[in-house]
Amino acid sequence: MTISAERPTEVESSPVSPVAIPEKRGWGSGWLSQHLGTAILGGFLGYIFGHWLGNYIASGYPYIANSGQNSVADLLALLFMVVGWLLGIGALNYPLAKMVGREAKSEVEYTGWSKYVRYNLDHKVVGLQYVVGVLLFFFTGGLLAMAIRTELLNPTTHVFSADTYIKIVSEHGTIMMMMATSVVVGPLGNYFVPLMIGARRMAFPRIEAFSFWTFLVGYAVIFSALPYGGFPTGWTGYAPLQTQAGPGMISYLFGFAIIGVGMMTAGFNIAITIVNYRAPGMTWSRVPVFVWGILSTAALLVLATPVLFSAGLFGILDKTVQTAFFVSEHGGSSYLWENLFWFFGHPEVYIMALPGFGIIGEIIPVFTRKPLFAYRIAAAGMIGVALLSFFVWQHHLFQSGIDPDMRPLFMLTTELISIPTGFIFLVGMGTLYRAKIRFEVPMLFCMAVYFNFLIGGISGVFLSDVPVNVTVHGGFFVLSHFHYTIMGGLIFAFFAGLYFWLPKMTGRTMNKKLGLWHFWTMFVFFNLTFFPMFIIGLLGQPRRVFTYAKNLQSWNDFSSVSAFLLGASFLIFIANLMWSLFIKPQKSPANPWDSLGLEWQTATPIPRHNFDRIPVIMNDPYHYSEVGAPALANFGDGGTVHSDSSTVSSDPVE
Amino acid sequence: MTSENPPKNDTNHLQRITVIWIIVSIIGDLLYWFLVGPHVPPGRMTSTAKGNQFDFNVLFIIAFPVLVGIWEYMLYAVINWRSKKEGVPESVGGPRAAENRKLQTSWIAITTVVVLLLAAYGTVEVIVGKGSGGGEGPNPIWQPTGAVKAETAALAGNGTWSPNSNEVLPVQVIAQQWKFTYRYPTFGGFESPYLILPNDTNIVFNVTSLDVIHSFWAYQLEVKADANPMENNVAFTKTEQLGSFEVRCSELCGIWHGAMFNSGQVLTPAAFMAWATKTEAANAVNTKDLPPFAWTYVPDANGSSGGYYPDGTVTPYSPVEVYGSKQPSS
Repeated sequence: MTISAERPTEVESSPVSPVAIPEKRGWGSGWLSQHLGTAILGGFLGYIFGHWLGNYIASGYPYIANSGQNSVADLLALLFMVVGWLLGIGALNYPLAKMVGREAKSEVEYTGWSKYVRYNLDHKVVGLQYVVGVLLFFFTGGLLAMAIRTELLNPTTHVFSADTYIKIVSEHGTIMMMMATSVVVGPLGNYFVPLMIGARRMAFPRIEAFSFWTFLVGYAVIFSALPYGGFPTGWTGYAPLQTQAGPGMISYLFGFAIIGVGMMTAGFNIAITIVNYRAPGMTWSRVPVFVWGILSTAALLVLATPVLFSAGLFGILDKTVQTAFFVSEHGGSSYLWENLFWFFGHPEVYIMALPGFGIIGEIIPVFTRKPLFAYRIAAAGMIGVALLSFFVWQHHLFQSGIDPDMRPLFMLTTELISIPTGFIFLVGMGTLYRAKIRFEVPMLFCMAVYFNFLIGGISGVFLSDVPVNVTVHGGFFVLSHFHYTIMGGLIFAFFAGLYFWLPKMTGRTMNKKLGLWHFWTMFVFFNLTFFPMFIIGLLGQPRRVFTYAKNLQSWNDFSSVSAFLLGASFLIFIANLMWSLFIKPQKSPANPWDSLGLEWQTATPIPRHNFDRIPVIMNDPYHYSEVGAPALANFGDGGTVHSDSSTVSSDPVE
Repeated sequence: MTSENPPKNDTNHLQRITVIWIIVSIIGDLLYWFLVGPHVPPGRMTSTAKGNQFDFNVLFIIAFPVLVGIWEYMLYAVINWRSKKEGVPESVGGPRAAENRKLQTSWIAITTVVVLLLAAYGTVEVIVGKGSGGGEGPNPIWQPTGAVKAETAALAGNGTWSPNSNEVLPVQVIAQQWKFTYRYPTFGGFESPYLILPNDTNIVFNVTSLDVIHSFWAYQLEVKADANPMENNVAFTKTEQLGSFEVRCSELCGIWHGAMFNSGQVLTPAAFMAWATKTEAANAVNTKDLPPFAWTYVPDANGSSGGYYPDGTVTPYSPVEVYGSKQPSS
């Protein structure tokens, strides 16, 4: 039986590629052409131009002249910054050429390190670009979290002014939410979905690259809020506080719109790829469960984000040209933003959970050496969560004064969502049953997801109950709840995925000892940080306050110190990354975890077009340890991958 | 490849897990119910506080076995089903390990039943609890008897309340950046910076805002209702104990959101009556200058006078009427 790990050389030498892939060119010394540097320059010039244009257009209007604050200029500056950035990186070369009726040149494919700072159409490059991108978002947001916990060390002695504190809170929330929408879909989704479904590329490689570069410029846009004076609304941006706020609010609204464009394009591209680019034989009942997770997430990205985009547009119009969508006394309504925002916001919550479910479903069978239990239930659970997520948004508004009839209805829909979520637990528990569990670092992270997400999910049932919601709404209880689901669920799953797949992505082994240190410190201090917040919340501390009741100081201090140590645990991760990838790189075996997944059957490094021949899929990838199990895939070169684990080689690729 | 150790009896594991689970759940639930439950915030100062505390405890004794069951299972798996070999993966299970229809069906059935029961229970509690102290919007459907009468009378300016009259007491909560004030329509509509309430009385809170969204959270009273501009958000509770309580804003409302709190007291009906009549008389001069009592007030978009508390009669809004043809400066 030929095994996958022995095939790479043929693949690499494959001369012709049957799909249109941009040609590789050697011309150009590189730095003269388009890359991150020209994108930054383009953004800078665009900003200056937009600001000038805004002043030129609008400075004469009385309401702008009177207020001395030109929101139009602020908005146009950001808008042209994004346009300049996209021009600078080369994202618009192709569409612009087509638009003026010329045949567009294909993007040049650079080799070596420089391809990572360019507009690259390879989904594997985009995946790695996203890894760096989301870590940039994550660590910036994390530093802001450290600042929040520093301020909360003492109820009366303040490190920051009330003004600065609220800016920090708002930036932390917004940056983290933006990160969390893309944290798995961007890096791991882009990188592994085509590999897992046996495709050579994404359906729309330009859109895929576009989604990354808009995501990245979103970072600049949201941080432009700080020089503009910040925004005081938190990540929820409630109007009319939004309408009242200064120009930093423009950065928030426009930033979410830009990130929204990135989310929509990424979602379209991935969903269409999964539906249309599956290899022959990759039936819906053989699609890896991670792909199900990404597909359901992509559906939510496509359907929910336009609402955020429109809401942001309304907000921008309110702030720049004095419309009154959210201004009650001018005929608008403060409820409009709340409803639009949460109509997006609740599917968004599951955008931040489903990819995590997909990851753990993918990883647990590998380390238990068992087939995934109840595969259909797993897929159905994720689809069910995705569907129901559109019918629960008003549970954020239980006390807001919505029609009282709606409250039992949304209590019901919200609690219904715990049925499909329960499927995910059933799948995990069934797979663990009488398994042979190997506690490698990715597996530990998966177990932690179950531990944390259970707390997060069950506290969610308390929140969905209208009477109990009166106690816990708007306080630290809910804050703790969503940190348990988003950080305890999604971020832990993301790290599980990183530890699991980085050997494939980089060809390097992650140091296990440092990985264990990272896991245990992160797990322990995460729980020590956020569990006390349930109690703090029940004892009556509202969210986003810079001062609190004296009797809550010891709880808050405990939480803060744990938070600092939690922050430190990520230093171990960075150290591990540096050590394992750059300082003492060790070549990873081709299939270090003995996984049956199709993505592991490709060569390392993965050739540009992934598969020499499109494989014919013959089975689902969870047939761990079956006697005489059928082959997983036929690669058309006479070799098949047998699903019996003993035939999967763990020898390093030479 | 088959499992290398001889298959143990399946029921052995599940039996052991179930027995441990039942014992731990019962002990945990009993300990919680008797030791922790009565102290769960926000206490038992009002009917809604009592009701919601009970509800929280009911949810907890349902949630605890779920939590324990899954954790125990996971812990059991970690201890008993870990790979003995280092490095090389062992293989277990087979095609049958991927499915167990009966288990799947019963899991779905049980979770569905639990969830539906929870939703039904929550609905009953909301109705019985007259909205459970949460904001029901301008047209509440679950309210104590007499609330409509009291509200109508209050708006008309002829509402009355006296000790032992068994009448519902309407109170208006006005939120603005960054303070709460309270108007008592049954006592001439005077405004107080403190929330003083009579004991053993049904209270109607009419919560509104003069600027952005706030949330009125009377912690010990277990009342929480968002304050929206030009919107009357109504919440009910019945005071049952004397004592002081705290009021906080639980919706981010700007820079000083964290400092937006004050306190209040539940007095005996007689003491409340004395306070209210005294304050009404003492404040009469100021009350005269306040806008006429209304459920909502139009925020002053101009705000130039710093007065976010304008004449309540300016409805419906007409920009031309208020500002002339010139755009307002913001």
